[in-house]
Amino acid sequence: MSEIKTLATVWLDGCSGCHMSLLDMDERLIELSSQFTLVYSPLVDRKTFPDRVDVTLVEGAVASEDDLKKIRKIREHARVLVSLGDCALTGNVSAMRNMCGVQPVMLRVYEQNVLQPQVPTVGVPALLDRVRPVHEVVPVDVFVPGCPPSADTIYQVLSELLAGKVPTLEGVAHFG
Amino acid sequence: MSAEANVRTLTINGEEISARSDQSILDAAREHNVEIPTLCHLEGLSEVGACRLCLVEVKGARRLLPACVTQVAEGMEVTTHSPKIDRYRTMILEMYFAERNHVCSVCVANGNCELQDLSLQLGMTHVEIPYQYPQLPVDASHPRFTVDHNRCVLCTRCVRVCSEIEGANTWGVMGRGADCVVITDLKQPWGDSETCTSCGKCVQVCPTGALFEKTSVGSKTRKHPEFLPYLRIMREGEQG
Repeated sequence: MSEIKTLATVWLDGCSGCHMSLLDMDERLIELSSQFTLVYSPLVDRKTFPDRVDVTLVEGAVASEDDLKKIRKIREHARVLVSLGDCALTGNVSAMRNMCGVQPVMLRVYEQNVLQPQVPTVGVPALLDRVRPVHEVVPVDVFVPGCPPSADTIYQVLSELLAGKVPTLEGVAHFG
Repeated sequence: MSAEANVRTLTINGEEISARSDQSILDAAREHNVEIPTLCHLEGLSEVGACRLCLVEVKGARRLLPACVTQVAEGMEVTTHSPKIDRYRTMILEMYFAERNHVCSVCVANGNCELQDLSLQLGMTHVEIPYQYPQLPVDASHPRFTVDHNRCVLCTRCVRVCSEIEGANTWGVMGRGADCVVITDLKQPWGDSETCTSCGKCVQVCPTGALFEKTSVGSKTRKHPEFLPYLRIMREGEQG
């Protein structure tokens, strides 16, 4: 694999725990950041996904029209796409609504037992009928299980990618 | 019959070994430190060959055979690991994860689960098979225990321990295919069961978070199925 210079991180339908775990690498972040530039992320200010990114870490499942649009665009522009954490890999907690469907969830959250019942529709993307893991929507190159994956695991993945290898977490990490 | 006549010589992964004629391939392999993954098998219970993870290649057989219910035979040539077997095992494991709602992150058995351990052991990092998301009930009617069908892998360890060790026969199996579930009595709520002695053996042998004690969730869910062989020996001693 050719040299890794740019990194992006994306936050779809997840709790941000995977990003917290990323930050949990502590001083190793300094070591890593001297080797690549973080070009797009909830942690930096850039609003649009760049044309070409070497490595992209995706946290979260594909749950809304917006997620779907984003992940398709990201796949087009990312050289290596990494599914980071159980939501991206399995749907996890985000996908638990698949057992009953969108409508009962909307009803329960926004209409039952609330003072001003209203389902939000303005300024928020429509939810998909079914929450899906990232690899059900676009091809994924590296799978990193864990809820969240540990800082050590993320460090291992990034270090191997920087060293020009395609990391595999078979026998290293599991769901949960 | 002399002891020698009961000995069978076979090869496992090319290594010549001897085993007793009444031993299964699984028993013989483990006795010789050859690890074969299992889920429904539990020392102290009868074998049912339900989980299919112990499938092995036997030369001359036209299909893969479950090592736990296949007896050793003279001259048998067994292969326990090959790219083909490994692929099948991972596929079976993926089917388990896809079939029900095993959301590890919010499971009482997270970190103490044999299904989770197997995914590590077999190197499964994600599931290619589409998740089914069935709607399954949780029965918390028993004062001490809960059954969460979302986590059940239908290994029937609970059914076997209840029948073979406790002798209560509270647990059973109902339905076929995707509708198959474990039930208490005649599909009555566990709490209403007249046969359940509340001994808790089913909870201890359950490999996942399907059966758990209400007071021990999270890191405290560690189960203790290792007591079974001792219990079995003691019971047999009493009867003899």
